[in-house]
Amino acid sequence: MNAPVVLKAQGLVKQFGGITATDNVNLELRLGARHALIGPNGAGKTTLINLFTGVLTPTSGRIELLGVDISQLAPHQRVRRGLVRTFQINQLFASMTPLQTLAMVVSQQRGLGGRWWPKLGQDAAVVERCEALLELFRLTEVMHQRTEHLAYGKRRLLEMAIALACEPKVLLLDEPVAGVPAGEREELLQTVAALPAEVSVLLIEHDMDLVFEFADRITVLVNGAVLTEGTPEAIAADPQVKAVYLGHGEEVAHG
Amino acid sequence: MLTILFDGIAYGMLLFILAVGLSVTMGLMNFINLAHGAFAMVGGYLTVVLMQRLEVPFLLCLPIAFAGTALLGAVLERTLYRHMYKKPHLDQVLFSIGLAFMSVASVDYLMGSQQQIMQLPDWLRGRTELWDGALGMGHYRLFIIAVCAALTVGLQYVLAKTRFGSRLRASVDDARVAAGLGIRVNLIFAATFAVGSGLAGLGGALGAEVLGLDPTFPLKFMVYFLIVVAVGGTSSITGPLWAALLLGIADVAGKYYMPKLGSFIVYSLMIAILIWRPQGLFVRKGGR
Amino acid sequence: MNAQQQLLSSARMRGWEPLVWLLAFALPLLVPGHALIVNEVAIVALFAVSLDLVLGYTGIVSLGHAAFLGLGAYASALFAKHVMPDPLVGLLFGMGCATLLGALCSLTILRGTDLTRLMVTLGMALILMELANKLDWLTGGSDGLQGVMMGPVLGRFEFDLYGQTAAWYSLTVLLILFALARRWVHSPWGATLMAVRDNPLRAMAIGIPVHKRLAVVYTVAAALAGAAGALMAQTTGFASLDVFALERSADVMLMLVIGGVGWLYGGVVGAVVFKLMHDVIAGITPQYWTFWIGLFLVVLVMVGRERLIRPWRWFGRAADEKGGAQ
Repeated sequence: MNAPVVLKAQGLVKQFGGITATDNVNLELRLGARHALIGPNGAGKTTLINLFTGVLTPTSGRIELLGVDISQLAPHQRVRRGLVRTFQINQLFASMTPLQTLAMVVSQQRGLGGRWWPKLGQDAAVVERCEALLELFRLTEVMHQRTEHLAYGKRRLLEMAIALACEPKVLLLDEPVAGVPAGEREELLQTVAALPAEVSVLLIEHDMDLVFEFADRITVLVNGAVLTEGTPEAIAADPQVKAVYLGHGEEVAHG
Repeated sequence: MLTILFDGIAYGMLLFILAVGLSVTMGLMNFINLAHGAFAMVGGYLTVVLMQRLEVPFLLCLPIAFAGTALLGAVLERTLYRHMYKKPHLDQVLFSIGLAFMSVASVDYLMGSQQQIMQLPDWLRGRTELWDGALGMGHYRLFIIAVCAALTVGLQYVLAKTRFGSRLRASVDDARVAAGLGIRVNLIFAATFAVGSGLAGLGGALGAEVLGLDPTFPLKFMVYFLIVVAVGGTSSITGPLWAALLLGIADVAGKYYMPKLGSFIVYSLMIAILIWRPQGLFVRKGGR
Repeated sequence: MNAQQQLLSSARMRGWEPLVWLLAFALPLLVPGHALIVNEVAIVALFAVSLDLVLGYTGIVSLGHAAFLGLGAYASALFAKHVMPDPLVGLLFGMGCATLLGALCSLTILRGTDLTRLMVTLGMALILMELANKLDWLTGGSDGLQGVMMGPVLGRFEFDLYGQTAAWYSLTVLLILFALARRWVHSPWGATLMAVRDNPLRAMAIGIPVHKRLAVVYTVAAALAGAAGALMAQTTGFASLDVFALERSADVMLMLVIGGVGWLYGGVVGAVVFKLMHDVIAGITPQYWTFWIGLFLVVLVMVGRERLIRPWRWFGRAADEKGGAQ
C-alpha cells in the first residue's frame, strides 16, 4: 500500500550563523497523504516549509518534488510544478477583491498570466472556476469587497482559496486554522480533507484534536530535527512525544 | 599625485561630516531625508552672516553653526519630522524634497542667489609644500582634516563608550525592543537628529570655502550625501567614513585626470557598487 | 451583476472618458492661441502616466525617470538632425533608445532597498546629464541641441507656428499609448502586476515571476517616457540639459501624487492641475515658485495623500463602499 513519494527532503540542514534551524531532516510525503507536522514552538516547522518552497536555501541536503530534484529552482518555478503553500499570517492582496484575486490566480495558473490583450474576466472558464472556488469557501457574498476590508475569518478562507486556485499537487498548509473561530475550524479542514486523492497535503498544526482527526501520518519536529514519525496511534502512545509536550497544556493522547 | 590624494582626503572627510547625520538618521528612523543638505546650507549661511555682519571670528562661528543648526534640527524634528517616520518612503521623499525646495527658495529670497564669499582668517590661508612640491597641503584643508578627524574620533567614542551611544546603537538595531527595555527612543531620535543636523551645519560652515555656498547647495550636494549613505551603509559610522573618503578621492582625482568625464566617474562607480552590493559596501552581516 | 460582468466592468470605459478626450482634441481648435500649452500638457501627461506605471503599479520610488525622458528627447533630436526629419520614425527611434536603457536599468532596480533603488535611478539620470553635458560636440553641451527641424507628420501635416499640429500630434500619441497601457493594466498580466505591488512575497508563492514582471513594467515605462521626450524635442525644436534635472523627476512625481497614483488617469489629471497651479502661482511670484511647490508638498504629505483626492480604484467606484452588495 506504499503510495509513491511526491515530496521528499533528504538530509536537509539549514543554519543561520550559529543556529541550526533545520537539523538533518528526512521527510517523505506520499501521494494522497494527509500528513501532519507537529512540534513545540520554535521547532523549525515554518523554516522547513520555507525550505520546501524555496524561500530559504538549505545549507545542505536536497529536495525532490515528484521525483525531480528542485533544490535549485526558484520559488515561482516550484509553484508551477505544483508545490503550493499557505501562510500562517495571511498574505493577501489588499487592494484586490476576492473575485479579482482568484481570477488573477486562476489565469496565472492556466498560463494566461502572460496575456496582455484580453481583459481579465473575458475567459468564461476562468470565471466559472472562480465562482466554484468562491462557493466552496463561502466567499460569494464578499467577492466584491476589497480584501483589506474583509473580516479575519473570511481572509483566512481566501488564503486557502488562493492556494487551491493554484491547482496544487502538493499542498503545504502552515497553521491554516489559526485565528479561525472554533466552530469553523472543522469545516475548513473538512474542505481540505475532501480534496481529491491526487492532492497530497502536509499540514502544520497545533490543535491536537484536529491533527488526530485529519492526519493519517504524523511527523514530530523538535529543535529542528525529526523526533519521530508514525501513525496517529503510534504518536499518541509515544512517551517521548508526551514528554516534549508536557507543560504545554496540550493533551496528546487521543484516539 | 600626493596632492590629489591630500585634497581628496580633505574633501572626503568634509563629506563624511556632512553626511554622517543622514546616515545615522536613516539607520535609526528609516527615514529618507532629502532635505539634509538644507541644514548644511543653514550652517554655512549662518557663519557667513556672523562673520560679515557681526564680525565674529571664524573659529567661534564653527561651534555656533553647529549649535544653531542643531537647534533648528531639534525643533523641526519635534514638530514636523516626527509625524513622518511611519509613512511610506514615497511620502518621506516628497516631504523632504518639499522642505528642500522651501529652504532653497527662502535663502534665495533672504540672501540673494549669488555665491557667498568666505573670508578666512590669515592663519588658515597659505600652503605648505613638502618633498619639492610633490605634496602641497593647503592650510585650510589641513584644518578641515584635523577638525573632521577629531570629530570622527569623538563620534566613535560616543557611540562605543558612552551610555548614550549604546542606547543609540540598540535603537538602531531594533527600536521596539529598545523601547521595551526602557530606552527613551523618542529622546534618542530627537537628540540624534539634532546632532546630525548640527554636524551638517558645521560641515556647511567648514565647507563653504571649499565647496562654494549658494542657495542651490542642498540640491547640488544632496546626491553626494546620498551616495555616501547608500554605499557606506547605515549600520555603522565607519562605513560612511570609508565611502566618503572613497568618493572624495575619486571625485578629485577624476576631475583632475579626466576633466572631460567629470562626475560621470563618480556616478558610474556608485551604480556599479550598488549593483554589486545593494545593501552598501560596508554593511556588517545582519545589519540593515 | 454577475461575477464576469463585475470583473469586466472595471475595464469598461466610463461615460466621461470619451468626453474628456474629445474635449482635449477640441482645445487646439477652440483656443488656438493656447495650442502650445495643450501640447506641453499632453507631453507632460504622457511622462506622468509612464511614471505611474512604475510608482503606482510596482511601488518603486524612482527619482531618475527623467533619464528616459531626456534620452528620448536627445535621441530623436539627433535622429531628426542627422538621419531623417520624419517625426514618426524619429518618435519610434527615441522610444527604442529609451526602451533599451530601461531594459538595462531594470536589472539594477530589482535588488536592494528603497534607498538603493532611489540612488541607482537618480544616478542614471545624473550620468546621462553628465554625458549630454560633456559630449558637447554631439549634444551642444550646456547650450542644448538647437535647430531641430521636423518634417510633416505622416508626410502631410506640417508643424505650424501656432502649435496646432504639434498639439494634435502629441495628443494622438498620448491617446494611443494611454489606451494601450489601459488595456494592458486590465489584462490578466496587469492583474499579476497588482499582485506584485500589493504583496510580492505572495505573488511569488502563486507562481508569478516577480522579477521578470518588474523588469518588463520598468522597461515599458521607460519606453513611454522616451516617447514623451521625443515629442518634447520634436514639437519644441530643441533639447536641453534640464530635461534630465532632478526638478523634472520631482515635478512629475508631484503631478502624479496630486492626480492619484495607480489609476493611470492620475498622470493626466495631475499634469493639468499642476500646469494650472504653476501658471497661477508663477503669475503671482515668478521667482519663488519652488517655495510654494515645496510648501504644497509638505502640507500634502502631512495631511495625507489619500485625503486630498480620491482616485478611482482599479475596480471602478469602490463596490465595497456599498457594503459588498451584488
